[in-house]
Amino acid sequence: MKSIKITIIDYDVGNVHSVYNAISKLGYKNINVSSNEGQIKNSDCFILPGVGAFNKCIENFKLNNLDNILGEEVLVKNKPLLGICVGMQILATYGTENGYCEGLDWIPGVVDKIELKKSFRIPHVGWNSVNLNDSKIFSRLEKEPDFYFDHSYSFRCDEKYVDAKCNYGSEIISAVSNGNIYGVQFHPEKSQNNGLKLFRGFFNNV
Amino acid sequence: MLKKRIVGLVVAKGGIVVQSIKFREYLPIGKPKIAFEFLNNWGIDEIIYTEIEDQDEPNYDLIKKSTSKCFVPLTVGGNISKISHIEKLMKSGVDKISINSASIYNSNLIKKSSKIFGNQCIVVSIDISNVDGKYLIYNNKQRKVIDLKLDDYVKKVCDEGAGEILINSVELDGTYKGYDIDLAKKICNLTDIPVIFAGGAKSAKDFEKIFNLTNVAAAAAGNFFHFTEHSVIKSKSYLSDKIKIRINNRVNYKENKFDDRLRLSKKDDEILDDMLFIKIDDEII
Repeated sequence: MKSIKITIIDYDVGNVHSVYNAISKLGYKNINVSSNEGQIKNSDCFILPGVGAFNKCIENFKLNNLDNILGEEVLVKNKPLLGICVGMQILATYGTENGYCEGLDWIPGVVDKIELKKSFRIPHVGWNSVNLNDSKIFSRLEKEPDFYFDHSYSFRCDEKYVDAKCNYGSEIISAVSNGNIYGVQFHPEKSQNNGLKLFRGFFNNV
Repeated sequence: MLKKRIVGLVVAKGGIVVQSIKFREYLPIGKPKIAFEFLNNWGIDEIIYTEIEDQDEPNYDLIKKSTSKCFVPLTVGGNISKISHIEKLMKSGVDKISINSASIYNSNLIKKSSKIFGNQCIVVSIDISNVDGKYLIYNNKQRKVIDLKLDDYVKKVCDEGAGEILINSVELDGTYKGYDIDLAKKICNLTDIPVIFAGGAKSAKDFEKIFNLTNVAAAAAGNFFHFTEHSVIKSKSYLSDKIKIRINNRVNYKENKFDDRLRLSKKDDEILDDMLFIKIDDEII
């Protein structure tokens, strides 16, 4: 196995420990949980977890000056990044949770309340089967694997950024990418072996 | 397609997992870490951990240590009354938090926490007692029913930002008598958010019944899972062709037959002979 330096971005809103547990289960030794500039500059790839409201997450993200520090590594040096749940959502242009709020605009798109028929309950929570395209990070997964979702808002963007969708009354975008920047709406760290396989697919491309 | 969830309840008293009977008797089982690890390996969809002893705040260290082998969503409840408690839990490997009595006396907590952590993170847990055919809210800290109308209360917590509701029937807790189907129907009609239902499960047939008759998103069980070997996998194998559920384990009992009480029947001798020559490789991740 390649020895890569992984940083899980800690900006006080993520379930960083869950993500750490999952990645260390895969055997990677060099994992940091941090928002420290030196640490980030010294890493090969990044996981951006996120649990919480869009506006709160982006506020904390900017408070730690991560838009500049991480931006340099991801946008200029092209290091791979995987955003999870709200960590994926804040990659969008803007969000509407608790009012209009600008995102990072690293993957052009909008995050808005899930629109559903009456019989479907919000939040969209639980295990749903996901239709994948042939993105490299899915290389270890079988067709239509189950992943754990837990969200009330979802990503909308141009089809060219969409890597996976699931069905919950209407289609929900479940994974997006733009070059070296990846985002998944579900929680791989909480999706048992399917989640671990997704992480492996991501790290194998670093 | 969203799957129905099978949830494992882990109830702890002072950090020791216990078997709970009718909210009154508690028998020790063991460490939370072991319970999480086993439930995870058996393919549970989600775990809800509740500390029932009165403490100033949750035991973050214990939880952090216990989650190292838990790769399914974990909800933690008990002694959560401040935003700072939730913050620390979220850093300890917890995915959702469940609020019970704090949401009765401090409605700001749901509002504030759902704004900060998102409403998908906030599970409101309600213990319900059936007193002479009337459903009343039970407060475990005061050990009595309280003067609040159930319908109003459920609507209130949903308006305040609850993401899910966890219902437990006090009289059925730990009795193996089956779920209170009427109560489950009633709660599902009161709210649009997902309902997790607990109290009285004895076997997979109880899961089948509640999913067929009501709209609950998840069925939960505690004692039944702890005391039966491979309980989760067996239950899911039984349910797999009846209810839309998640089967993710390579180990399953799909080819096995069950007797009336859902115990495994012995395989034919021929099949057992053949099994000697089947090589099963480890799953590569």
